[in-house]
Amino acid sequence: MHIRRGEFVGIVGPSGSGKTSLLRAITGSLVAARGSVEVARGTRIGYVPQVESVDWNFPITVGEVLAMTRTRRHWPGTSSSERAEMAEVLDGLGLNGLEGRHIRELSGGQQQRVFVARAMFGKPDILILDEPTSGVDVRTRHEILHLLRDLHSKGSTILLTTHDLNGLASHLPRLVCLNREVIADGSPRETLIPEVLERTYGAPLHVLEHGGMPIVLDHDYASSELLRDAERQMRTEREAL
Amino acid sequence: MNIALDLLAPYDFAFFQRGMVAATLAGALCGVLGVFVVLRGMSYIGHGLSHAVFGGAAASAVMSINFFVGAGIWGVISGVLIGRIARQKIIGADAAIGIVTTASFAGGIALLNRYGQARKSIEAVLFGSVLGVSWADIAAILAVSLAVGAIVLFAYRAFLFATFDPQVATVSGERVAAIEVILMVMLSVTILVTMRVIGTLLISALLVIPAATARMVTNSFSRMLMLSPMIGAACCLVGMNLSYHLDTSAGATIILVAAAVFTATYLLAGRRARLRVASLNHL
Repeated sequence: MHIRRGEFVGIVGPSGSGKTSLLRAITGSLVAARGSVEVARGTRIGYVPQVESVDWNFPITVGEVLAMTRTRRHWPGTSSSERAEMAEVLDGLGLNGLEGRHIRELSGGQQQRVFVARAMFGKPDILILDEPTSGVDVRTRHEILHLLRDLHSKGSTILLTTHDLNGLASHLPRLVCLNREVIADGSPRETLIPEVLERTYGAPLHVLEHGGMPIVLDHDYASSELLRDAERQMRTEREAL
Repeated sequence: MNIALDLLAPYDFAFFQRGMVAATLAGALCGVLGVFVVLRGMSYIGHGLSHAVFGGAAASAVMSINFFVGAGIWGVISGVLIGRIARQKIIGADAAIGIVTTASFAGGIALLNRYGQARKSIEAVLFGSVLGVSWADIAAILAVSLAVGAIVLFAYRAFLFATFDPQVATVSGERVAAIEVILMVMLSVTILVTMRVIGTLLISALLVIPAATARMVTNSFSRMLMLSPMIGAACCLVGMNLSYHLDTSAGATIILVAAAVFTATYLLAGRRARLRVASLNHL
C-alpha cells in the first residue's frame, strides 16, 4: 500500500481488522512487528483523534486547542504572528471568531473542525483522521465530508479510517479494504463489491447502486423481500438499457 | 481601631510571620499543581502520595537522616511508581495505589512507635505544625515554588498538550511519559516541603479544592492556572489568621476556609458551573 502526495485515501474494515494499529504504525506510536512502514523524511503528520476520545469537559478554548501544538514556543501567551496564522486557519474552516469559546459550546461539526484546525495549524504534509464520522449526526457527517473534499481539492493529502461505508467511504476517491491484510485497494466501484466485502467483513453483504454510487446493505436487510424486489427491478432496468 | 489591633496582634510573633509566609506560598504552590492533579484525575494519587511521603519522613527521622533527603527520595520513588501503576492499569490503579501508599504510611507509624521518641513529631507531620516552621522550611518551599513555576511556565504548552490529549501529543512527538514523570516528581517534592505546614492528612485537600473552585469559575486552561494558586494562597492567608483567633489547628482551619470558598462558589456559580466540577474524574 502506497500513499502519494495529494491523495485522499480511506481505510475500511471490521473492528479488530487493524485499522487503528495501521494508523498508529504510520504515526510512529506503534512499532510494526512484521512488515515495515516507510514515511518520507521530514513528513509532518496532522492527527485528528476520534471526537469520542476527546475530553469535552476539559477547560480549554478553541484558541488554546490550536496553540498547544506549537510547543517550541515556551510561554503561555500567543505571539501576534501566531494569532494571525490561527485566524487564517480558523477562517479557512469556517470557525472565525470562535477562538475564545469553550470547545463544548460548539456544534458537532464545529467540534470536529476544531481538531482538524489544530492538525492544520501544524502545517502537516498529511492529515490523518481516525473515524471522523463516528458518533456524529447525519448533518455533521455531511459537513465533515464536504470539509475533507474541500481540503483535498486545495492540495491536502488525507488518510482516514471509517466504519461508515455508505455515508463516507463510498464518497472517497480511493479505498483500502483491510482485515489483517490488504484485501483490496482501489476506487469505491472496484472495492465496494460483494466478493471483496465478504472477504473483508467475513459476512455476505449486498451492494446496490444508486445514482452511480454503490450502496452496501447488510445481510439481514438484504434478505428482505423489499430488497429482492429492488434487485429484480435493477436487473430489468439494466437489461432494458 | 481595637479591632484592627486585634487582627494584627498575631503578626507580633515571629513564628506566626514565618507560618504565614510558609502557608501562603504553600497555598499558591499547591494551587498550581492542583490544576494538573484535578484535570488529570489524580486527586487520589495526591492523597496517596502524601501518605507515602509520611513513611519516608518517619524512616528518615528514625535513621537520623535529613528529613528532606530521606522523605524526598522516598517520595520521588513512590511518586514515579504510582505514576507507572496508574498508567499500566493492570490491576485497578486505585487498589494498587491504596496498597502501596497506605502500607508506606502504616510503616511510618510503626517505625515511629517502635523507635521514635516523640508522639509530638507524628502529630506535627500528620496535622502540620505552624510553630515548627523555620526559615529553612520557608526557603525550601520558596525554592520549590520558583522551580515549579518556572517549569510550568517554560513548558506550558507541552504540559497542556500532554494533559489534554496524550495520544495526539505522542503522535506529535511530545515526550508524554517524561512529562508525566516530571509532574509526579514536582508533586512529590511539593508534598514534601508543604507537609510540615499543612500536614500529611490535609495536603491533598489543598491540592484539590482551589483547582476545583477555579474550574467552576472559568472554562479556560490558562485562566484556571492563574486563578487556582490565587485561591489557594488566599485560603491559606485567611485560614492562618482565623486559626490564631479561633485557637484551632492551622492546617484544619485552612482546609475549612477552602471548603467554605468552594461551597460558596458552588452555590453561587449556577448549574452549568456545577456540572463542570461533576465532570472531573477522580482517578
